[in-house]
Amino acid sequence: MHTKTLTELAQGLRTGEFSSIELTQAFLKRIKQHNHLNAYITVTEELALQNAKDADLRLSNDKADLLTGIPIAQKDIFCTLNIKTSCGSKMLDNFIAPYNATVVEKLNQAGAVMLGKLNMDEFAMGSSNETSHFGAVKNPWNINMVPGGSSGGSAVAVSAGLAVCATGTDTGGSIRQPAALCGITGLKPTYGRVSRYGMIAYASSLDQGGPMARNAEDTAILLQAMAGFDEKDSTSVNIPVPNYCSGLNNSLDGLKIGLPKEFFGEGLNNDVAVILETAINEYRKLGAEIIEISMPTLKLAIPAYYVIAPAECSANLSRFDGVRYGYRCNNPIDLTDLYTRSRGEGFGKEVKRRILMGTYALSAGYYDAYYLKAQKIRRLISQDFKNSFTKVDVIMGPVTPTTAFGIGDKMDDPIEMYLSDIYTIAINLAGLPAMSIPAGFVDGMPVGIQIIGNYFAEDRLLNIAHQYQHVTDWHQHTPKGFE
Amino acid sequence: MPLSANDVIKIAHLARLGINQQDIESYTKDLSSMLDLMTQMSELNTDNVEPMAHPMDQMQRLRTDLITEHNNREEFMTIAPQVEAGFYLVPKVIE
Repeated sequence: MHTKTLTELAQGLRTGEFSSIELTQAFLKRIKQHNHLNAYITVTEELALQNAKDADLRLSNDKADLLTGIPIAQKDIFCTLNIKTSCGSKMLDNFIAPYNATVVEKLNQAGAVMLGKLNMDEFAMGSSNETSHFGAVKNPWNINMVPGGSSGGSAVAVSAGLAVCATGTDTGGSIRQPAALCGITGLKPTYGRVSRYGMIAYASSLDQGGPMARNAEDTAILLQAMAGFDEKDSTSVNIPVPNYCSGLNNSLDGLKIGLPKEFFGEGLNNDVAVILETAINEYRKLGAEIIEISMPTLKLAIPAYYVIAPAECSANLSRFDGVRYGYRCNNPIDLTDLYTRSRGEGFGKEVKRRILMGTYALSAGYYDAYYLKAQKIRRLISQDFKNSFTKVDVIMGPVTPTTAFGIGDKMDDPIEMYLSDIYTIAINLAGLPAMSIPAGFVDGMPVGIQIIGNYFAEDRLLNIAHQYQHVTDWHQHTPKGFE
Repeated sequence: MPLSANDVIKIAHLARLGINQQDIESYTKDLSSMLDLMTQMSELNTDNVEPMAHPMDQMQRLRTDLITEHNNREEFMTIAPQVEAGFYLVPKVIE
């Protein structure tokens, strides 16, 4: 059952082939069986079975949504009422959220069954899922390799069949990069499309939640339930949500695909480049026209991001002070000691590095040189994209320079780790939607291709991904031992 | 290196962030490499460029001044490290 798509499972629930309880039990069993992957931080077994029971009732009453009775999992960055929400950190290891994130609320309303909370890099800061307080997550395609991050638990859960689909968040590539490295489909929506309410903040002007699933159609169904305006998020955009499934079968005839030459230069692994070329040829066969473009500001995305994201993180994470919730150190001697030690003991090394960087960039005398300069570069990057979208409909390129790297390989060199997000970061700075879909394998490890669209063109991206998946089967491969 | 160990100690104090003595050297090195990376930004002339805070240049949305939340004090206090008589407890601030 675990290799079936959401659409197939929704069908099975309706024909009575199986009940949501049976489906949920099957997934709970798999989670236990493959516990060594460390994909979950919390498994909510009892609640899941209760949800499944409610879903079966709802299905029998004919009041069901496509997601009703489908076992899904939430990245542990989304607050879940009365359930531990750790954000992958010791700081929140004891944090029982007193409310639901809007995304959680919406998926609950749709009748989805939540199996549990998924592992992630601490406070979503990382590209390998190794910074989690709860330990590294393992890539099911090779357990010595990282799954990518920060939504590593989400990508592994979908890839290994430990959930039908999952939520993720993407600040600099955290949905697309793990999706690519684990061979699944992931979509980072336009900034403001999915509510950030109850999604623990890392860099507020870049953070965006999105769906991760086995294929484009499932991704569309999950996005449909997640997207929409929310009064509770002041950056949420009030634009109607289209039907993401209705255009999936549209023809790609005449589609203009831009390939930025900056994406295909030095640094991109040759074998990965060959796979991308094959995928692009497939699009040519589907009727697309390929146009080479140039986006000279792309190379400044990494420096600008590593000013903006740490600056916003240092402000956002100042709320963790050991007073109202979260970790508190033992026997503080005074208030400064309480703050300093609670934060020092509660945060891991990567989080501290970014808080320090951000504090420096925002400190007196440096604000103009760093934060303001980076926000101006951000404008230029976004204009570069705007110019490109006058010539092409979508932009394609790699998601990552290589396939998954080894666990421990980049932990001692933060800059090396940051560079693994080189193709995804600019999209967050511009606030655009982008997808990663499976496009092949190098030495048995998955490779993804990135499709970047104009603002609110999620429906078009899903259509373009779906058409590719119609003529290829890369998305149907299952890692050995998880069939 | 653009930063010294003393700079790191000062920044950590500004952030009220405890760091271990033995980690200061590696933070100094890492932050210095990050700053080196950032010097690339000066390659690009950004005079007369408006800084970008929101991709849609959306302004902060205002709402009517109505009560939308009920009083959750007791509920929220159940997850606090230390409370007494409806107050959050911290070490003595005034002697």
